[in-house]
Amino acid sequence: MLNVLKSREALLAASWLALIALAGSITPNFVSIQGLRDLMTDLSILVVLAVAQMIVILIRGIDLSVAANLAFTGMVVALLSVANPGLPTVVWPLVCIVVGAMVGMLNGALIAELQIPPIVVTLGTMSIWRGMIFVISGGSWVVQHQFPEGYLAVPRTQILGLTLFFWIGLTVAAGMWLVMTQTRFGRELYGMGGNPRAAQYAGVRVKHHEFWVYTITGALAGLSGWLWTSRYAMANTDVAAGFELQTVAACVIGGVAIAGGAGTVIGAVFGALFLGTLYNILPVIGVSQFWQQALSGAIILLAVYFNMISRKPPVRRILPLASPQGAGE
Amino acid sequence: MKLKTLLPLALAGAMVAGAAAADDVRIAMVPKSLGNAFFEAARDGGMEAAKEIGGVEIIFNAPAVVTAEGQIEVINALIAQRVDAIVVSSNDPDALVPISKKAMQRGIKVMSFDSAIAPDGRMLHLHPATAPGAAKSMLEMTVDAIGPEGEIAIVSETPQSTNQNEWIAEMEKLLATEEFSGLKLVQTAYGMGQSDKSYRETIALLRRYPDLKAIIAPSTVAISAAAKAVEDQGMVGKVYVTGLGLPSELAGYVHNGSVKSFAIWNPIDLGYAATYLAYDLIQNDGAKAGDTLDAGRMGSFTLDDKLETSLPQPFIYDATNVDEFAEIF
Repeated sequence: MLNVLKSREALLAASWLALIALAGSITPNFVSIQGLRDLMTDLSILVVLAVAQMIVILIRGIDLSVAANLAFTGMVVALLSVANPGLPTVVWPLVCIVVGAMVGMLNGALIAELQIPPIVVTLGTMSIWRGMIFVISGGSWVVQHQFPEGYLAVPRTQILGLTLFFWIGLTVAAGMWLVMTQTRFGRELYGMGGNPRAAQYAGVRVKHHEFWVYTITGALAGLSGWLWTSRYAMANTDVAAGFELQTVAACVIGGVAIAGGAGTVIGAVFGALFLGTLYNILPVIGVSQFWQQALSGAIILLAVYFNMISRKPPVRRILPLASPQGAGE
Repeated sequence: MKLKTLLPLALAGAMVAGAAAADDVRIAMVPKSLGNAFFEAARDGGMEAAKEIGGVEIIFNAPAVVTAEGQIEVINALIAQRVDAIVVSSNDPDALVPISKKAMQRGIKVMSFDSAIAPDGRMLHLHPATAPGAAKSMLEMTVDAIGPEGEIAIVSETPQSTNQNEWIAEMEKLLATEEFSGLKLVQTAYGMGQSDKSYRETIALLRRYPDLKAIIAPSTVAISAAAKAVEDQGMVGKVYVTGLGLPSELAGYVHNGSVKSFAIWNPIDLGYAATYLAYDLIQNDGAKAGDTLDAGRMGSFTLDDKLETSLPQPFIYDATNVDEFAEIF
């Protein structure tokens, strides 16, 4: 498997392990079985969303509405689960994926069909869905004792000694890796990111792909809504406020080019693992809140810098550039 | 529009009209909005006081949504009805000043409770609790849960949260006194008003300080995240969470033992005391700084030089009463 990892991902993986070792040397029980299990559980949501964000950034887009989607879907499913406590737990992730996908489809339709810039569309939908949380909940919270037992048991569920959250994160990451490396759809996304016009001339259905990328991202954000509400036993208007920027940061750290066309799923995953671990470690090793924010910002900038100097060709393309006049487009 | 505001007014009037036959004093209570369980409990407190005093009618009305404009309309209608006093929890401290002044010019006594009107627009304001009172309650609950000695930590909102910082400063003062000298505050962490961050900070505290016995969270988001983290870590019974939160939000944690007791303003006491103070204003034809006003079972209240006073300490909720109040707010 290691030969799949290019040096960049390997470097990131090494720094991630070094980060954990550092925290372990200062606070030994951080690297206990329970400690690592908690860490993996905590990282899962960010991994899922970073992978979701990665495919959008890859095609020169951005989805700022992922956290609002998460919060909205989380509220929808929280209200539904309170109203129907008897339904089997497996219903809730399915509901979330469907609701999240519909939220994503709105983004996709506005971006692909109406050609509105993604940053504008998703800024708008971000506010819309935050507002809709208030509308559907009337501003009240769904809190721990209202959720059905089974709903809250999800984060504590373990399979083969690891939490269900870990397995969900792993499945999403592995599934996306397969799609991006092994399918025509995935390869064509790289082409679109490298040069959308050229990709279109080469026969890639750009609008179609764009629509489905935002839909997939929405579905994964919806799934995260289920993970989030079951983990923190809380649904309210402010859930995951600002989390969208963490997903973008995770991608950037993972070497996903913000201009599109370059980046790997494995990179985004390690970017998320690194950033999420950092957020877990800074309080454990006793860094004050004031420094935590500054430090994580500095590390993101550092990662971008490494990104720039380590990438020899500016953009990785699977399709050669078209003729000079085509490339100017 | 007028009809809309008058209709519930008439209903509210009709509801209490039968209770007291020859009312000679009419006190209107204007909360932030209708349909808010917190203020309905405050109204019940007001009714209790009215019954005790005798010959007092409570009129309870507010706009359907939380707006200053709606409150102005309601107050206008109350002026037309020539009530004797108006007790307001204001939606905007400044916007209500002109209408309150108009009411006072007509001889109506205007005071605010819970959320203040600017000093020009009211004769007194009743705070739900003092900062030293809240701080003392939180430390007393801590001692009640863990005994007089042990390591404690605080999970607050943001380093800039005014109320929280005031409470923490008061707690630090009290920790320096003989009464709480056994408690050792090891760290103040900040959950930034987010569930995930508060949760992570709590986990970090548990890892860093294996001897930690209590976590004080003076914030509604932080207290439930901290309780969830303690529960998930299997530390229930070893580490207690206390602080300020809502009964509906914390009922589940009180029952599973991660929270033994917590505090928040009691809306019934607040409405009760506010009604007494309004009655005092009517009887004494106003009030000035330094006046001591009677408030039945709540004792007496002395106005400071800003014509403000406050309930002594927040109300403590535990397994015996949390369910009853969880229904309310």
